[in-house]
Amino acid sequence: MGAGFRRYSTYRQATVAGAFTNTVFGFLRCYVLLAVAAGAGTATVAGYDAARLATFVWFGQGLLAVVLLWGWTELADRIRTGDVVADLLRPVDPVTRYLATDLGRAGHALVTRLVPPVLTGPLFFPFYVPHRWTTVPLFVVSVLLATVLCFGCRYLVNATGYWLLDIRGPMILWALVSGVLGGLYFPLRFLPDALVVPLWLLTPLPSLFQTPLDVLVEIDPTPRQLWLVALQAGWVVLVLVLCRVVQRRAERRLVVQGG
Amino acid sequence: MRAYWALFRGQARSQTSYRLSFAIDVVSNVWATVLDVFTVFVLFGVTRTLGGLDLREALVVTGMSACAFATGDMLVGNIERITLYVRTGRFDAVLVRPLRALPQLVLMDLPLHKLSRAGFGATVYLVALGAADITWTPGRVLLAVLAPVGGIVFFGAVFVITASVAFWWTESGEFGNAFTYGGRDFTSYPVSVYSGWFRNAFAYGLGFAFVSYYPALALLGKRDPIGLPDWVGWVAPLVALPATAAAALIWRAGLRRYTSTGS
Repeated sequence: MGAGFRRYSTYRQATVAGAFTNTVFGFLRCYVLLAVAAGAGTATVAGYDAARLATFVWFGQGLLAVVLLWGWTELADRIRTGDVVADLLRPVDPVTRYLATDLGRAGHALVTRLVPPVLTGPLFFPFYVPHRWTTVPLFVVSVLLATVLCFGCRYLVNATGYWLLDIRGPMILWALVSGVLGGLYFPLRFLPDALVVPLWLLTPLPSLFQTPLDVLVEIDPTPRQLWLVALQAGWVVLVLVLCRVVQRRAERRLVVQGG
Repeated sequence: MRAYWALFRGQARSQTSYRLSFAIDVVSNVWATVLDVFTVFVLFGVTRTLGGLDLREALVVTGMSACAFATGDMLVGNIERITLYVRTGRFDAVLVRPLRALPQLVLMDLPLHKLSRAGFGATVYLVALGAADITWTPGRVLLAVLAPVGGIVFFGAVFVITASVAFWWTESGEFGNAFTYGGRDFTSYPVSVYSGWFRNAFAYGLGFAFVSYYPALALLGKRDPIGLPDWVGWVAPLVALPATAAAALIWRAGLRRYTSTGS
Protein backbone atom coordinates (compact mmCIF):
# COMPACT_ATOMS: atom_id res chain seq x y z
CA MET A 1 0.00 0.00 0.00
CA GLY A 2 2.84 2.34 0.95
CA ALA A 3 4.59 1.42 -2.27
CA GLY A 4 1.48 2.34 -4.27
CA PHE A 5 1.27 5.71 -2.54
CA ARG A 6 4.95 6.50 -3.09
CA ARG A 7 4.93 5.35 -6.68
CA TYR A 8 2.10 7.67 -7.67
CA SER A 9 3.50 10.58 -5.67
CA THR A 10 6.44 10.69 -8.10
CA TYR A 11 4.23 11.76 -11.01
CA ARG A 12 3.72 15.30 -9.72
CA GLN A 13 3.24 17.10 -13.03
CA ALA A 14 0.76 14.56 -14.34
CA THR A 15 -1.16 14.93 -11.07
CA VAL A 16 -1.37 18.70 -11.50
CA ALA A 17 -2.48 18.32 -15.13
CA GLY A 18 -5.10 15.74 -14.13
CA ALA A 19 -6.52 17.87 -11.33
CA PHE A 20 -6.72 20.84 -13.70
CA THR A 21 -8.61 18.80 -16.29
CA ASN A 22 -11.03 17.40 -13.69
CA THR A 23 -11.73 20.96 -12.57
CA VAL A 24 -12.47 22.22 -16.09
CA PHE A 25 -14.87 19.32 -16.63
CA GLY A 26 -16.42 20.16 -13.26
CA PHE A 27 -17.31 23.62 -14.56
CA LEU A 28 -18.69 22.20 -17.82
CA ARG A 29 -20.91 19.54 -16.19
CA CYS A 30 -22.00 21.79 -13.34
CA TYR A 31 -23.23 24.58 -15.64
CA VAL A 32 -25.13 22.11 -17.83
CA LEU A 33 -26.87 20.39 -14.90
CA LEU A 34 -27.73 23.72 -13.26
CA ALA A 35 -29.22 24.87 -16.58
CA VAL A 36 -31.29 21.68 -16.61
CA ALA A 37 -32.56 22.54 -13.12
CA ALA A 38 -33.31 26.12 -14.22
CA GLY A 39 -35.04 24.93 -17.41
CA ALA A 40 -37.20 22.45 -15.52
CA GLY A 41 -38.64 25.40 -13.59
CA THR A 42 -39.34 23.31 -10.50
CA ALA A 43 -37.48 23.50 -7.18
CA THR A 44 -35.91 20.09 -7.68
CA VAL A 45 -35.23 17.75 -10.61
CA ALA A 46 -35.44 14.05 -9.76
CA GLY A 47 -34.98 15.02 -6.09
CA TYR A 48 -31.89 17.22 -6.61
CA ASP A 49 -31.91 20.96 -5.94
CA ALA A 50 -29.20 23.25 -7.35
CA ALA A 51 -26.86 22.84 -4.36
CA ARG A 52 -27.17 19.05 -4.48
CA LEU A 53 -26.51 18.97 -8.23
CA ALA A 54 -23.40 21.12 -7.90
CA THR A 55 -22.06 19.03 -5.04
CA PHE A 56 -22.82 15.88 -7.03
CA VAL A 57 -20.79 17.15 -9.98
CA TRP A 58 -17.76 18.44 -8.07
CA PHE A 59 -17.37 15.45 -5.78
CA GLY A 60 -17.90 13.22 -8.83
CA GLN A 61 -15.02 14.94 -10.63
CA GLY A 62 -12.86 14.43 -7.56
CA LEU A 63 -13.82 10.79 -7.11
CA LEU A 64 -13.08 10.02 -10.76
CA ALA A 65 -9.36 9.77 -10.04
CA VAL A 66 -9.83 8.17 -6.60
CA VAL A 67 -11.76 5.15 -7.85
CA LEU A 68 -9.71 5.44 -11.09
CA LEU A 69 -12.36 4.62 -13.62
CA TRP A 70 -10.14 4.74 -16.70
CA GLY A 71 -6.67 4.05 -17.86
CA TRP A 72 -5.44 1.14 -15.70
CA THR A 73 -3.85 -1.50 -17.94
CA GLU A 74 -1.00 -2.60 -15.67
CA LEU A 75 -2.12 -6.21 -15.32
CA ALA A 76 -2.96 -6.56 -19.02
CA ASP A 77 0.41 -5.10 -19.99
CA ARG A 78 2.19 -7.56 -17.71
CA ILE A 79 0.19 -10.44 -19.17
CA ARG A 80 1.13 -9.39 -22.69
CA THR A 81 4.82 -8.99 -21.95
CA GLY A 82 4.97 -12.10 -19.77
CA ASP A 83 6.08 -10.15 -16.69
CA VAL A 84 3.00 -11.47 -14.94
CA VAL A 85 5.01 -14.61 -14.19
CA ALA A 86 6.85 -12.62 -11.50
CA ASP A 87 3.49 -11.90 -9.81
CA LEU A 88 2.61 -15.59 -9.82
CA LEU A 89 5.92 -16.61 -8.26
CA ARG A 90 5.31 -14.40 -5.22
CA PRO A 91 3.79 -16.02 -2.15
CA VAL A 92 0.95 -13.45 -2.08
CA ASP A 93 -2.24 -13.83 -4.08
CA PRO A 94 -2.06 -11.42 -7.08
CA VAL A 95 -5.57 -10.03 -6.47
CA THR A 96 -4.64 -9.11 -2.89
CA ARG A 97 -1.32 -7.61 -3.90
CA TYR A 98 -2.75 -5.49 -6.71
CA LEU A 99 -5.59 -4.38 -4.44
CA ALA A 100 -3.13 -3.23 -1.76
CA THR A 101 -1.14 -1.22 -4.33
CA ASP A 102 -4.36 0.23 -5.68
CA LEU A 103 -5.51 1.37 -2.23
CA GLY A 104 -2.18 3.18 -1.82
CA ARG A 105 -2.75 4.86 -5.16
CA ALA A 106 -6.28 5.82 -4.12
CA GLY A 107 -4.95 7.31 -0.88
CA HIS A 108 -2.62 9.51 -2.91
CA ALA A 109 -5.44 10.51 -5.24
CA LEU A 110 -7.65 11.33 -2.25
CA VAL A 111 -5.23 14.07 -1.25
CA THR A 112 -4.13 15.32 -4.66
CA ARG A 113 -7.11 14.74 -6.95
CA LEU A 114 -10.22 14.88 -4.77
CA VAL A 115 -9.28 18.03 -2.88
CA PRO A 116 -8.72 20.49 -5.80
CA PRO A 117 -12.15 20.15 -7.48
CA VAL A 118 -13.94 19.88 -4.14
CA LEU A 119 -12.38 23.16 -2.99
CA THR A 120 -12.93 24.88 -6.36
CA GLY A 121 -16.61 24.02 -6.70
CA PRO A 122 -17.94 25.91 -3.64
CA LEU A 123 -16.10 29.08 -4.71
CA PHE A 124 -18.35 29.46 -7.76
CA PHE A 125 -21.43 27.32 -7.13
CA PRO A 126 -23.88 26.60 -4.32
CA PHE A 127 -22.82 23.75 -2.10
CA TYR A 128 -24.73 21.16 -0.10
CA VAL A 129 -23.48 20.55 3.43
CA PRO A 130 -24.82 17.27 4.89
CA HIS A 131 -27.29 17.77 7.73
CA ARG A 132 -27.09 14.38 9.42
CA TRP A 133 -23.95 13.36 11.28
CA THR A 134 -24.32 9.77 10.04
CA THR A 135 -23.83 10.87 6.44
CA VAL A 136 -20.12 11.66 6.66
CA PRO A 137 -18.93 8.26 8.00
CA LEU A 138 -21.30 6.52 5.57
CA PHE A 139 -19.82 8.53 2.71
CA VAL A 140 -16.29 7.56 3.75
CA VAL A 141 -17.27 3.87 3.84
CA SER A 142 -19.04 4.23 0.51
CA VAL A 143 -16.01 5.81 -1.17
CA LEU A 144 -13.78 3.01 0.15
CA LEU A 145 -16.21 0.39 -1.14
CA ALA A 146 -16.45 2.15 -4.51
CA THR A 147 -12.66 2.17 -4.81
CA VAL A 148 -12.37 -1.56 -4.07
CA LEU A 149 -15.29 -2.32 -6.37
CA CYS A 150 -13.82 -0.27 -9.21
CA PHE A 151 -10.49 -2.04 -8.69
CA GLY A 152 -12.29 -5.39 -8.97
CA CYS A 153 -14.03 -4.37 -12.20
CA ARG A 154 -10.77 -3.09 -13.67
CA TYR A 155 -9.03 -6.29 -12.64
CA LEU A 156 -11.67 -8.36 -14.44
CA VAL A 157 -11.38 -6.21 -17.58
CA ASN A 158 -7.59 -6.58 -17.48
CA ALA A 159 -7.84 -10.32 -16.79
CA THR A 160 -9.57 -10.83 -20.13
CA GLY A 161 -6.01 -10.36 -21.38
CA TYR A 162 -5.21 -13.90 -20.20
CA TRP A 163 -7.49 -15.09 -22.98
CA LEU A 164 -7.44 -12.23 -25.50
CA LEU A 165 -3.96 -10.67 -25.08
CA ASP A 166 -5.22 -7.47 -26.73
CA ILE A 167 -7.80 -6.02 -24.32
CA ARG A 168 -8.62 -2.90 -26.31
CA GLY A 169 -12.20 -4.05 -26.97
CA PRO A 170 -13.17 -4.85 -23.35
CA MET A 171 -11.30 -1.72 -22.21
CA ILE A 172 -13.25 0.62 -24.49
CA LEU A 173 -16.52 -1.08 -23.61
CA TRP A 174 -15.74 -0.62 -19.91
CA ALA A 175 -14.75 3.05 -20.37
CA LEU A 176 -18.00 3.85 -22.17
CA VAL A 177 -20.39 1.90 -19.98
CA SER A 178 -18.85 2.77 -16.62
CA GLY A 179 -18.94 6.52 -17.22
CA VAL A 180 -22.52 6.87 -18.35
CA LEU A 181 -24.12 4.12 -16.26
CA GLY A 182 -22.01 4.88 -13.19
CA GLY A 183 -23.56 8.32 -12.86
CA LEU A 184 -20.65 10.46 -14.04
CA TYR A 185 -22.39 12.26 -16.91
CA PHE A 186 -25.74 12.82 -15.22
CA PRO A 187 -27.37 11.58 -12.01
CA LEU A 188 -28.92 8.23 -12.91
CA ARG A 189 -32.18 9.25 -11.24
CA PHE A 190 -32.79 11.42 -14.32
CA LEU A 191 -33.62 8.12 -16.06
CA PRO A 192 -37.03 6.47 -15.64
CA ASP A 193 -37.37 4.22 -12.55
CA ALA A 194 -37.95 1.18 -14.75
CA LEU A 195 -34.36 1.57 -15.95
CA VAL A 196 -32.63 2.80 -12.79
CA VAL A 197 -33.81 0.13 -10.34
CA PRO A 198 -32.63 -2.89 -12.39
CA LEU A 199 -29.43 -1.04 -13.25
CA TRP A 200 -28.68 -0.47 -9.58
CA LEU A 201 -29.56 -3.98 -8.45
CA LEU A 202 -28.22 -6.04 -11.34
CA THR A 203 -25.01 -4.20 -12.25
CA PRO A 204 -22.15 -2.89 -10.10
CA LEU A 205 -21.97 0.35 -12.12
CA PRO A 206 -24.17 2.73 -10.06
CA SER A 207 -22.27 1.57 -6.96
CA LEU A 208 -19.14 3.21 -8.41
CA PHE A 209 -20.31 6.85 -8.38
CA GLN A 210 -23.99 7.24 -7.90
CA THR A 211 -24.10 5.57 -4.46
CA PRO A 212 -21.33 7.55 -2.72
CA LEU A 213 -22.55 10.81 -4.27
CA ASP A 214 -26.20 10.19 -3.41
CA VAL A 215 -25.17 9.30 0.14
CA LEU A 216 -23.25 12.57 0.39
CA VAL A 217 -26.07 14.84 -0.81
CA GLU A 218 -28.62 13.00 1.36
CA ILE A 219 -31.05 12.36 -1.43
CA ASP A 220 -32.52 9.46 0.61
CA PRO A 221 -33.38 9.04 4.31
CA THR A 222 -30.82 7.19 6.47
CA PRO A 223 -32.26 3.64 6.19
CA ARG A 224 -32.22 3.88 2.39
CA GLN A 225 -28.66 5.22 2.47
CA LEU A 226 -27.61 2.23 4.58
CA TRP A 227 -29.36 -0.09 2.18
CA LEU A 228 -27.53 1.38 -0.82
CA VAL A 229 -24.16 1.04 0.92
CA ALA A 230 -25.01 -2.55 1.85
CA LEU A 231 -25.80 -3.23 -1.80
CA GLN A 232 -22.45 -1.74 -2.69
CA ALA A 233 -20.73 -4.05 -0.15
CA GLY A 234 -22.53 -7.02 -1.68
CA TRP A 235 -21.14 -6.10 -5.10
CA VAL A 236 -17.65 -5.72 -3.67
CA VAL A 237 -17.74 -9.26 -2.26
CA LEU A 238 -19.17 -10.70 -5.46
CA VAL A 239 -16.68 -8.97 -7.77
CA LEU A 240 -13.66 -9.83 -5.60
CA VAL A 241 -14.71 -13.49 -5.47
CA LEU A 242 -15.09 -13.38 -9.24
CA CYS A 243 -11.58 -11.89 -9.53
CA ARG A 244 -10.18 -14.84 -7.53
CA VAL A 245 -12.05 -17.39 -9.63
CA VAL A 246 -10.96 -15.80 -12.90
CA GLN A 247 -7.37 -15.53 -11.68
CA ARG A 248 -7.32 -19.24 -10.69
CA ARG A 249 -8.69 -20.37 -14.03
CA ALA A 250 -6.30 -18.11 -15.91
CA GLU A 251 -3.31 -19.49 -14.00
CA ARG A 252 -4.21 -23.00 -15.07
CA ARG A 253 -4.23 -22.14 -18.76
CA LEU A 254 -1.60 -19.41 -18.86
CA VAL A 255 1.24 -19.81 -21.31
CA VAL A 256 3.75 -17.13 -20.49
CA GLN A 257 4.72 -14.96 -23.44
CA GLY A 258 8.12 -13.66 -24.17
CA GLY A 259 11.60 -14.95 -24.59
CA MET B 1 3.03 14.05 -52.34
CA ARG B 2 3.74 10.46 -53.37
CA ALA B 3 5.60 9.85 -50.14
CA TYR B 4 2.60 11.04 -48.12
CA TRP B 5 0.31 8.80 -50.14
CA ALA B 6 2.60 5.82 -49.47
CA LEU B 7 2.52 6.63 -45.72
CA PHE B 8 -1.26 6.76 -45.79
CA ARG B 9 -1.59 3.50 -47.75
CA GLY B 10 0.78 1.71 -45.42
CA GLN B 11 -1.25 2.86 -42.44
CA ALA B 12 -4.53 1.82 -44.03
CA ARG B 13 -3.15 -1.63 -44.82
CA SER B 14 -1.66 -2.24 -41.38
CA GLN B 15 -4.80 -1.07 -39.58
CA THR B 16 -7.20 -3.20 -41.57
CA SER B 17 -5.05 -6.34 -41.54
CA TYR B 18 -6.23 -7.28 -38.04
CA ARG B 19 -9.87 -7.50 -39.05
CA LEU B 20 -11.44 -8.27 -35.68
CA SER B 21 -9.49 -5.57 -33.84
CA PHE B 22 -10.41 -3.09 -36.54
CA ALA B 23 -14.09 -4.07 -36.37
CA ILE B 24 -14.08 -3.68 -32.57
CA ASP B 25 -12.54 -0.22 -32.91
CA VAL B 26 -15.02 0.82 -35.58
CA VAL B 27 -18.00 -0.17 -33.46
CA SER B 28 -16.73 1.06 -30.11
CA ASN B 29 -15.79 4.46 -31.46
CA VAL B 30 -19.33 5.24 -32.52
CA TRP B 31 -20.51 4.63 -28.97
CA ALA B 32 -18.62 7.57 -27.50
CA THR B 33 -20.68 9.97 -29.62
CA VAL B 34 -23.86 7.93 -29.24
CA LEU B 35 -23.58 8.38 -25.48
CA ASP B 36 -23.00 12.14 -25.83
CA VAL B 37 -26.21 12.44 -27.82
CA PHE B 38 -28.00 10.05 -25.44
CA THR B 39 -27.01 12.33 -22.55
CA VAL B 40 -28.70 15.27 -24.26
CA PHE B 41 -31.90 13.24 -24.58
CA VAL B 42 -31.74 12.20 -20.91
CA LEU B 43 -31.33 15.82 -19.82
CA PHE B 44 -34.31 16.83 -21.91
CA GLY B 45 -36.20 14.02 -20.20
CA VAL B 46 -36.28 16.14 -17.05
CA THR B 47 -36.44 19.63 -18.57
CA ARG B 48 -38.20 21.29 -21.48
CA THR B 49 -35.58 23.91 -22.33
CA LEU B 50 -31.84 24.14 -21.95
CA GLY B 51 -30.29 27.58 -22.20
CA GLY B 52 -33.38 28.87 -24.03
CA LEU B 53 -33.47 26.13 -26.69
CA ASP B 54 -35.86 23.18 -26.91
CA LEU B 55 -34.75 19.64 -27.72
CA ARG B 56 -34.87 19.99 -31.49
CA GLU B 57 -33.00 23.28 -31.48
CA ALA B 58 -30.41 22.04 -28.98
CA LEU B 59 -29.80 18.98 -31.16
CA VAL B 60 -28.68 21.25 -34.01
CA VAL B 61 -25.99 22.59 -31.66
CA THR B 62 -25.07 19.08 -30.47
CA GLY B 63 -25.08 17.63 -33.98
CA MET B 64 -22.92 20.40 -35.40
CA SER B 65 -20.45 19.96 -32.54
CA ALA B 66 -20.40 16.16 -32.84
CA CYS B 67 -19.87 16.37 -36.61
CA ALA B 68 -17.05 18.91 -36.29
CA PHE B 69 -15.31 17.24 -33.35
CA ALA B 70 -15.50 13.67 -34.63
CA THR B 71 -14.13 14.61 -38.06
CA GLY B 72 -11.45 16.91 -36.64
CA ASP B 73 -10.46 14.20 -34.18
CA MET B 74 -10.22 11.63 -36.96
CA LEU B 75 -8.06 13.85 -39.16
CA VAL B 76 -5.74 15.45 -36.61
CA GLY B 77 -6.66 14.03 -33.18
CA ASN B 78 -3.88 11.48 -33.05
CA ILE B 79 -1.39 14.32 -32.91
CA GLU B 80 -1.93 14.11 -29.15
CA ARG B 81 0.38 11.09 -29.21
CA ILE B 82 3.21 13.53 -29.73
CA THR B 83 3.68 13.67 -25.94
CA LEU B 84 4.83 10.05 -26.23
CA TYR B 85 7.12 10.78 -29.19
CA VAL B 86 8.70 13.77 -27.49
CA ARG B 87 9.21 11.96 -24.20
CA THR B 88 10.78 8.91 -25.78
CA GLY B 89 12.77 10.85 -28.38
CA ARG B 90 11.08 8.99 -31.23
CA PHE B 91 10.19 12.38 -32.64
CA ASP B 92 13.75 12.52 -34.01
CA ALA B 93 12.86 9.89 -36.58
CA VAL B 94 10.09 12.13 -37.86
CA LEU B 95 12.34 15.15 -38.12
CA VAL B 96 15.17 13.51 -40.06
CA ARG B 97 12.90 12.46 -42.92
CA PRO B 98 12.74 14.87 -45.85
CA LEU B 99 9.02 15.47 -45.29
CA ARG B 100 7.22 18.04 -43.17
CA ALA B 101 6.69 16.98 -39.57
CA LEU B 102 3.01 17.80 -39.07
CA PRO B 103 1.55 15.96 -42.12
CA GLN B 104 3.81 13.00 -41.34
CA LEU B 105 2.57 12.74 -37.77
CA VAL B 106 -1.02 13.01 -38.90
CA LEU B 107 -0.62 10.34 -41.57
CA MET B 108 1.52 8.09 -39.39
CA ASP B 109 -1.41 7.27 -37.15
CA LEU B 110 -4.46 8.31 -39.15
CA PRO B 111 -7.12 6.34 -37.27
CA LEU B 112 -9.35 4.98 -40.00
CA HIS B 113 -11.64 3.31 -37.46
CA LYS B 114 -12.76 6.78 -36.38
CA LEU B 115 -14.54 7.11 -39.74
CA SER B 116 -17.53 5.48 -38.09
CA ARG B 117 -17.78 8.20 -35.46
CA ALA B 118 -17.36 10.98 -38.00
CA GLY B 119 -20.14 9.37 -40.03
CA PHE B 120 -22.39 9.15 -37.00
CA GLY B 121 -21.67 12.79 -36.09
CA ALA B 122 -22.65 13.86 -39.60
CA THR B 123 -25.83 11.75 -39.40
CA VAL B 124 -26.88 13.35 -36.11
CA TYR B 125 -26.29 16.77 -37.64
CA LEU B 126 -28.35 16.01 -40.75
CA VAL B 127 -31.21 14.49 -38.76
CA ALA B 128 -31.18 17.47 -36.37
CA LEU B 129 -31.30 19.87 -39.32
CA GLY B 130 -34.27 17.97 -40.72
CA ALA B 131 -36.13 17.80 -37.42
CA ALA B 132 -35.60 21.44 -36.43
CA ASP B 133 -37.94 24.12 -37.65
CA ILE B 134 -35.64 25.88 -40.12
CA THR B 135 -36.80 28.23 -42.88
CA TRP B 136 -34.33 27.28 -45.58
CA THR B 137 -32.75 30.00 -47.74
CA PRO B 138 -29.69 29.66 -50.03
CA GLY B 139 -27.67 31.51 -47.40
CA ARG B 140 -28.70 29.08 -44.68
CA VAL B 141 -27.84 26.05 -46.84
CA LEU B 142 -24.39 27.53 -47.37
CA LEU B 143 -24.00 28.22 -43.65
CA ALA B 144 -25.18 24.69 -42.78
CA VAL B 145 -22.33 23.35 -44.95
CA LEU B 146 -19.63 25.84 -43.99
CA ALA B 147 -20.23 25.83 -40.22
CA PRO B 148 -19.14 22.20 -39.66
CA VAL B 149 -16.20 22.73 -42.02
CA GLY B 150 -15.10 25.70 -39.92
CA GLY B 151 -15.64 23.56 -36.82
CA ILE B 152 -13.50 20.72 -38.17
CA VAL B 153 -10.64 23.11 -38.92
CA PHE B 154 -11.10 24.78 -35.53
CA PHE B 155 -10.94 21.49 -33.60
CA GLY B 156 -7.96 20.46 -35.72
CA ALA B 157 -6.21 23.65 -34.65
CA VAL B 158 -7.11 22.99 -31.01
CA PHE B 159 -5.60 19.50 -31.25
CA VAL B 160 -2.38 20.88 -32.75
CA ILE B 161 -2.11 23.64 -30.12
CA THR B 162 -2.72 21.35 -27.14
CA ALA B 163 -0.29 18.79 -28.59
CA SER B 164 2.36 21.51 -29.03
CA VAL B 165 2.27 22.03 -25.27
CA ALA B 166 4.36 18.84 -25.08
CA PHE B 167 7.34 20.75 -26.49
CA TRP B 168 7.41 22.98 -23.42
CA TRP B 169 5.83 20.69 -20.84
CA THR B 170 6.72 17.06 -21.52
CA GLU B 171 4.69 15.59 -18.65
CA SER B 172 1.55 17.57 -19.51
CA GLY B 173 -0.49 14.34 -19.38
CA GLU B 174 -4.22 15.02 -19.45
CA PHE B 175 -3.83 18.80 -19.62
CA GLY B 176 -4.75 19.00 -23.30
CA ASN B 177 -7.95 17.00 -22.75
CA ALA B 178 -9.44 19.98 -20.91
CA PHE B 179 -9.53 21.89 -24.20
CA THR B 180 -10.00 19.12 -26.79
CA TYR B 181 -12.61 16.90 -25.11
CA GLY B 182 -13.58 19.81 -22.89
CA GLY B 183 -14.16 21.86 -26.04
CA ARG B 184 -16.32 19.09 -27.44
CA ASP B 185 -18.45 19.07 -24.28
CA PHE B 186 -18.60 22.87 -24.22
CA THR B 187 -19.78 23.13 -27.83
CA SER B 188 -22.36 20.34 -27.39
CA TYR B 189 -24.60 22.66 -25.37
CA PRO B 190 -25.91 26.19 -25.96
CA VAL B 191 -23.42 28.78 -24.71
CA SER B 192 -26.28 30.44 -22.81
CA VAL B 193 -26.04 27.49 -20.39
CA TYR B 194 -22.71 28.74 -19.06
CA SER B 195 -22.01 32.02 -17.32
CA GLY B 196 -19.43 34.28 -15.73
CA TRP B 197 -15.71 34.30 -16.49
CA PHE B 198 -15.81 30.62 -17.41
CA ARG B 199 -18.15 31.36 -20.32
CA ASN B 200 -16.12 34.38 -21.38
CA ALA B 201 -12.91 32.37 -21.36
CA PHE B 202 -14.16 29.30 -23.23
CA ALA B 203 -16.75 30.87 -25.51
CA TYR B 204 -15.11 34.13 -26.54
CA GLY B 205 -11.51 33.95 -25.30
CA LEU B 206 -10.87 30.55 -26.90
CA GLY B 207 -13.58 30.96 -29.55
CA PHE B 208 -15.61 27.80 -28.88
CA ALA B 209 -18.90 29.71 -29.06
CA PHE B 210 -18.45 30.18 -32.81
CA VAL B 211 -18.08 26.45 -33.54
CA SER B 212 -21.70 25.44 -33.05
CA TYR B 213 -23.82 27.81 -30.96
CA TYR B 214 -23.81 30.98 -33.08
CA PRO B 215 -24.08 29.21 -36.46
CA ALA B 216 -26.98 27.16 -35.04
CA LEU B 217 -28.75 30.34 -33.86
CA ALA B 218 -28.38 31.83 -37.34
CA LEU B 219 -29.81 28.67 -38.93
CA LEU B 220 -32.73 28.61 -36.50
CA GLY B 221 -33.29 32.36 -36.85
CA LYS B 222 -33.11 32.86 -33.09
CA ARG B 223 -31.73 35.81 -31.17
CA ASP B 224 -28.83 35.35 -28.82
CA PRO B 225 -30.00 35.79 -25.20
CA ILE B 226 -26.44 36.81 -24.30
CA GLY B 227 -26.89 39.83 -26.61
CA LEU B 228 -24.48 39.45 -29.52
CA PRO B 229 -25.86 40.81 -32.85
CA ASP B 230 -27.50 38.41 -35.34
CA TRP B 231 -24.75 38.66 -37.98
CA VAL B 232 -22.28 36.93 -35.64
CA GLY B 233 -23.67 33.51 -36.54
CA TRP B 234 -23.10 34.14 -40.25
CA VAL B 235 -19.42 34.94 -39.88
CA ALA B 236 -18.80 32.45 -37.05
CA PRO B 237 -17.12 29.78 -39.26
CA LEU B 238 -14.35 32.32 -39.94
CA VAL B 239 -13.13 31.63 -36.39
CA ALA B 240 -11.21 28.76 -38.01
CA LEU B 241 -8.81 31.28 -39.60
CA PRO B 242 -7.30 32.87 -36.46
CA ALA B 243 -7.30 29.42 -34.82
CA THR B 244 -5.28 27.95 -37.69
CA ALA B 245 -2.87 30.88 -37.64
CA ALA B 246 -2.35 30.46 -33.89
CA ALA B 247 -1.85 26.72 -34.30
CA ALA B 248 0.74 27.25 -37.05
CA LEU B 249 2.67 29.80 -34.96
CA ILE B 250 2.66 27.71 -31.79
CA TRP B 251 3.58 24.52 -33.65
CA ARG B 252 6.55 26.18 -35.35
CA ALA B 253 7.72 27.74 -32.11
CA GLY B 254 7.49 24.33 -30.46
CA LEU B 255 9.42 22.61 -33.26
CA ARG B 256 12.23 25.14 -32.91
CA ARG B 257 12.34 24.48 -29.18
CA TYR B 258 12.52 20.69 -29.49
CA THR B 259 15.94 19.39 -28.43
CA SER B 260 15.35 15.61 -28.30
CA THR B 261 15.93 13.52 -25.18
CA GLY B 262 19.63 13.02 -25.68
CA SER B 263 19.49 9.28 -25.28
